[in-house]
Amino acid sequence: MADDVHGTGGQTYDHKKRALPPELGVFTALIVIIVIFEALGALFVGQSLLFDTRGRFDGPLGLFNVARLKIMILQVSIIGIIAIGSTQVIISGGIDLSPGSVVGVTAMVAMSFAQVAEVNGLANPKPVFGAWAHDIPALVPVLIGLVIGLAAGVVNGALIAYTRIPPFIATLGMMVFARGAAKWWTKGEPVSFPTDSYAFIGSGMIPVVIFVALAILFHFLLKNTVYGKHTYAIGSNEDAARMSGINVQRHKLMVYAIGGVLAATAAIVLTSKSLTAQSGMGIMYELDAIAMTVIGGVSLSGGRGSVIGTVLGALIFGVIISGFTFLRLDAFYQEMVKGFIIISAVVLDQWRQQRAARA
Amino acid sequence: MNDRIILETRDLTKHYGGVHALEGADFILRDGEHVGIMGDNGAGKSTFVRQITGVEQRTRGDIVFDGRPVNFSGPLEAREAGIETVFQTLALADDLDVPDNLFLGREMTRANWLGPFRILDYRAMRQATLDGLRKTAVKIPNIRNTIRNMSGGQRQCVAIARTATFHSKLTIMDEPTAALGVQETSQVENIIRTLKKQGEPLILISHNMRQVFDLVDRVVVFRRGRICADLDIKNDDVSGEDVVSYITGARDRPGSEGLN
Repeated sequence: MADDVHGTGGQTYDHKKRALPPELGVFTALIVIIVIFEALGALFVGQSLLFDTRGRFDGPLGLFNVARLKIMILQVSIIGIIAIGSTQVIISGGIDLSPGSVVGVTAMVAMSFAQVAEVNGLANPKPVFGAWAHDIPALVPVLIGLVIGLAAGVVNGALIAYTRIPPFIATLGMMVFARGAAKWWTKGEPVSFPTDSYAFIGSGMIPVVIFVALAILFHFLLKNTVYGKHTYAIGSNEDAARMSGINVQRHKLMVYAIGGVLAATAAIVLTSKSLTAQSGMGIMYELDAIAMTVIGGVSLSGGRGSVIGTVLGALIFGVIISGFTFLRLDAFYQEMVKGFIIISAVVLDQWRQQRAARA
Repeated sequence: MNDRIILETRDLTKHYGGVHALEGADFILRDGEHVGIMGDNGAGKSTFVRQITGVEQRTRGDIVFDGRPVNFSGPLEAREAGIETVFQTLALADDLDVPDNLFLGREMTRANWLGPFRILDYRAMRQATLDGLRKTAVKIPNIRNTIRNMSGGQRQCVAIARTATFHSKLTIMDEPTAALGVQETSQVENIIRTLKKQGEPLILISHNMRQVFDLVDRVVVFRRGRICADLDIKNDDVSGEDVVSYITGARDRPGSEGLN
């Protein structure tokens, strides 16, 4: 029965031909890229990328170059938080171009409520608001920031679900609008001098902790809850989802709203880490996030992919950025290689789909 | 088969502007009965089904389902009331597996206080899926495989298996084998026979004369938006030629029972 060749469909079923999880392919790609950098490192700079070659095998991670590993993960964790949001949006069959700009406007507004009254004994040289907004607990700017992200996401979602304009257009509009709002907030002036409690959020390895915690949470949400199941269903076959009684419009609204909240989270971590907010913050972040997602095996046609894949995609990004610095190559090579990898990931995904259709 | 009426329509009519797609359809389906609906393209078969399943709103007439008059505002309401429809275009999500598709929109869950984030009970859904598949005698090698990796026949079987899993009161199939090969068609026909044995009522829309004569008790022929014949093919002496002559209009208005 299982191996029967059916007449008209031209399709066969074979247990052995079952596709391997796409994450395995991404993981293999990560290993291959690491091996390439290790080989290049040994050849040209006489060092190892990830391993400690100075023989100090101390501590539980003594085998590795811990400092570089930390930097590697830290530098992708902020965009990684956005990529978690992009993952669920793309799985639902949509796209979100606005997170970069939402980061910009959230950074500006949240930071304005996180300023200190005095810097080195002198009054804050560039306060956005009066004394009432100074030295307030970090929870206030954090909540204000999250609400701004939520609002942007709700507007995106409402436009897409209820006016039925394509997600590309709706979120492009939000991208331009939110960037304008970020510049308007202080007429382009940066906002600096956050309170210690606010600065704590982005200090040390805390951004990594936030990224990993959110990745675990969203992996669970997508794989084990009704929310996740409906997200996959809508991306896979929107009509079938509607016929099954899923409130597709309300669900899309939720998906984009959560995407907005994640972009705001990234903005809070970013401003806290850099101790300043600028209206240009987050430019191109949405594209890097989408790239991580696509490299991680999430299909741009919706319905397929996972947060684990996206995390692996983010790690590939981290390895490439660190690898190029390690090889002392200029940054523009990085971008060229990143572009090449994005195209390869999409071509590979299409090739995989065609093979699945033929198999 | 008993005499309990599961579905009855009286003077069911649908006009699309000036087009009278369905005109005064009086139809009765008893519990456990399998009825075939035949007719040329545009004769009103699908329009008839769309009014019953709430996909469209009728112009006039009454529908009595399971003893009470109904006004479904959409296909979901009809499904909740117990009418399960297998559409020509399969309403399946390709990237999900069999239990996911069977339970889409009505998942078994735990921790329901979490609202939209309530947790899926995969184990219970797998078990219910296996029970449903056993009941319909549907063979699917691995229910955890995604629909994308299945043959057309297996997909159709999954769509039909929904019926058994949810103990629906009426199954409607709109040309379930139109796109299938010989072997897959016989697989689907076997499922229909199983439903018959279990006393599940069924409406089968089909162009396939052999299939209709093999499977159903009664044939209702539509022509130009009206029911033009109601033939008891199991008991009366009715041939395929007779049915064809009603479909083409060579014969009209028989003295068949159940029509006025």
